[in-house]
Amino acid sequence: MMDPDTGFFALESPAVREEMESLDLSDAIAPSSLPSFLEPPSYADVVLKSTFEPQNAVTTPGSGSYPPRGAASNCLRIVVSDPETVQEAANSLVPGGTTYVTYPITTWVRAAGHGGPSEFRVRRRFRDVVTLAARLAEAYRGCFIPQRPDKSVVDGQVMQKHEFAEQRRWELEKYLRRLAEHPVIGRSDELRVFLQAQGKLPLPATTDVASRMLDGAVRLPKQLFGDAAAGRVAPEDVVQPAKEGRDLLRIFKELKQAVANDWGGVKPLVVEEDREFLERKEKMRVLEQQLCTASQQAEALVKAQQDIGETMGEMGLAFIKLTKFETEEAIFSSQKTLSADAKCVATAAVKASRLYQQLNAQTVKHLDTLHEYLGVMLAVQSAFSDRTSALLTAQTLMTDLSTLHAKVEKHEAASSKIFGSDRSGLRKVEELNETIRVTEDAKSCALREYERIKVSFSVLNVAVVCLLALAEVTT
Amino acid sequence: MISPETSPPRSSSQSPRSPSAAPFLSISVTDPVKLGNGVQAYISYRVITRTNLPEFQGPEKIVIRRYSDFVWLHDRLAEKYKGIFIPPLPEKSAVEKFRFSAEFIEMRRQALDIFINRIASHPELKQSEDLRTFLQEDEETMERARSQETGIFKKPADLIQIFKDVQTKVSDVVLGKEKPVEETDPDYEKLKHYIFGLEDHLAETQKQAFRLVKRHKELGQSLSDFGKAIKLLGACEGNSLGKVFSELGAKSELLSIKLQKEAHNLLMNFEEPLKDYVRAVQSIKVTFADRANAFRQHCELAETTKLKEINLDKLNLMRSDKVREAEMEYRELKAESEQATRRFETIVRLMNEEIVRFQEQKTADMGLAFHQFAKGQAKLANDIADAWRSVLPKIEACTVSSQHG
Repeated sequence: MMDPDTGFFALESPAVREEMESLDLSDAIAPSSLPSFLEPPSYADVVLKSTFEPQNAVTTPGSGSYPPRGAASNCLRIVVSDPETVQEAANSLVPGGTTYVTYPITTWVRAAGHGGPSEFRVRRRFRDVVTLAARLAEAYRGCFIPQRPDKSVVDGQVMQKHEFAEQRRWELEKYLRRLAEHPVIGRSDELRVFLQAQGKLPLPATTDVASRMLDGAVRLPKQLFGDAAAGRVAPEDVVQPAKEGRDLLRIFKELKQAVANDWGGVKPLVVEEDREFLERKEKMRVLEQQLCTASQQAEALVKAQQDIGETMGEMGLAFIKLTKFETEEAIFSSQKTLSADAKCVATAAVKASRLYQQLNAQTVKHLDTLHEYLGVMLAVQSAFSDRTSALLTAQTLMTDLSTLHAKVEKHEAASSKIFGSDRSGLRKVEELNETIRVTEDAKSCALREYERIKVSFSVLNVAVVCLLALAEVTT
Repeated sequence: MISPETSPPRSSSQSPRSPSAAPFLSISVTDPVKLGNGVQAYISYRVITRTNLPEFQGPEKIVIRRYSDFVWLHDRLAEKYKGIFIPPLPEKSAVEKFRFSAEFIEMRRQALDIFINRIASHPELKQSEDLRTFLQEDEETMERARSQETGIFKKPADLIQIFKDVQTKVSDVVLGKEKPVEETDPDYEKLKHYIFGLEDHLAETQKQAFRLVKRHKELGQSLSDFGKAIKLLGACEGNSLGKVFSELGAKSELLSIKLQKEAHNLLMNFEEPLKDYVRAVQSIKVTFADRANAFRQHCELAETTKLKEINLDKLNLMRSDKVREAEMEYRELKAESEQATRRFETIVRLMNEEIVRFQEQKTADMGLAFHQFAKGQAKLANDIADAWRSVLPKIEACTVSSQHG
């Protein structure tokens, strides 16, 4: 799977770069009429402009302001400002305390009634972002939830501290904007709380793995050794996928069901029937494949552009050295002409090289959208798996139900043959009925969840911004 | 005289350097054909000579020649015309020969064409008999001549020269004169310094130019791959969006073709002239060596003659009967010494003329090469801009509609 991070391409060796930058390119050649863009024009700007105006340096401030594409969101603008390092509170055992980084986040929200947009400022640290992502993943199964920024540096490159913080700031901003644009998540409570609640983030943090494992280890024997109460799947648990530490028995059952689905002759009671969904799923798979290829080719293209720019520059330098040499050693007049010619070519070459560098910087930014969409595909995949696992849960429960019903029948049949009251038999039946009821509840929950996921599949709209910008930039 | 009607149309491979005013001698190297097989394979070229000079057998002559024939001609001229910068040959390249790519063949053909025409337009070289042999003799004679050179049966004069060289070297070592005598002319020193430095700088630029050609090819390739990938991506989307994607992809592939063409253009019309320049400088260095040799011989013979003269005077005084013998030897040696001095002075004279010619020609050649380079790059940049610009309105139409939709 492609790494959705912005690729950091190795710049040419600093020595050559220095030489090129320090060259004095004063000459009589007319300035080129290429526009000197420093930032990619924002989406809205480009659609409004009909043609280019050369010599128009469009410099948007460091974080280009994209208006959110989804009209459903209330957030007009989200900006993440420069990170600050904060000392941990004095509760820590480690003397001196640890430091962590907080990011100030400013949100402008469209006002409910009249008046201008209202502004909210909060401070969040990265841990809070992880929490938010986890809560969203639980609450909105089936939605294409954008990926949150990575926890650690994935790239092999060693980055300076401030570079790292800057990159994280940029990713955080992108992430929050995408959340805001999402038609469902943009309106969610979790996001609102994250963006607006002052002080500490009031969302429950994820439980750590150790306690989960312990929990699961305790519950499993109970489940296996016939404690009927412990064996029941509570309805509220059903809406989450089986967690590895805690619901071992449930995992086993669901696995059994999955195998039965694949190999058994019996058709499960609830099936994925939506053909349109299946078609779309197939389309998504193909799309992902193509995105992957396109992304790879985009990287190759950028590298090739970089190379040609570099070589052009190096050739220019070589010619300049030749020119200097000729001028020093000139004996014949024809040499002067030659060195003048060579100088022209050389300066042009160095200029062209610099332009190539600029072009490449832009191209990287824009083709990066391809990489980002790969990240979206990850979200799509997880949504698909949510759906599948919900379905599986529902199927398992239905199978359970039918076995339980069968058991009850058997008991009733058995007890009808026994004259007199069969206390133990009756109790058994009662227990079974109780289990059935609970399971029925669970099943209806599961089915509802599944249906909900079906409905909440939002259609992915592949935007053309990257192409637009690429085309503009290379002109 | 050749009348315009009977002369065949000029092929595209004809060198622009051949003089067109009467009397003229124009040669073209065309039609490379691969002959033989396996290790023995070689390329044969058709050499067409058109001339109105009386020394030649007729107005037009066509012969078949191969690379080794050109080498023969080059070596003969180098031997006979010391002091003149013999036009350089394209490299031997034992490895690439076997692959015989179309590009390699074309580059070699072009270089050979330029080579032969430079000889034909050089005031001294064009009168060479070897040139006439090369241009007119049939293939068997040529083969015989060629094998003569490469064999161990060299001409007697050459053998004597080799012995003499060894002799002087040995005597130098014995007498303790390790370092050969060298000129101390300051202008010549300056020239040598210039030529050596020039070779280094030129080699560097040629290396970069070659890399630039490669980069063009690579960029072309990756544009083509990118275009294909984008097209496939577009196929996942429907209707107008998909069309835009495939349009973009098509343009990308189109540009890839243009880039490959420009790479070829760069190779033939920019990098090749640069390489030619480097070869020419190397050929000048050979002339330096010749000049140094001639100078050394002249000095040594002058010295030996002097010694012999002193000896002769001594013998005269002593009225020895060896006087007659010594006198004959002395006279022989004196003649040789004068010959050597003349040879040296010829080389010096020729070199001075040659260097001016060389500079002028090089400036013209490089000017042309630079012009081609700039033109090619400008056209390429324009084509790229046009291609992308043409996709823009379609993209804009698509995005506007999707924004509203």
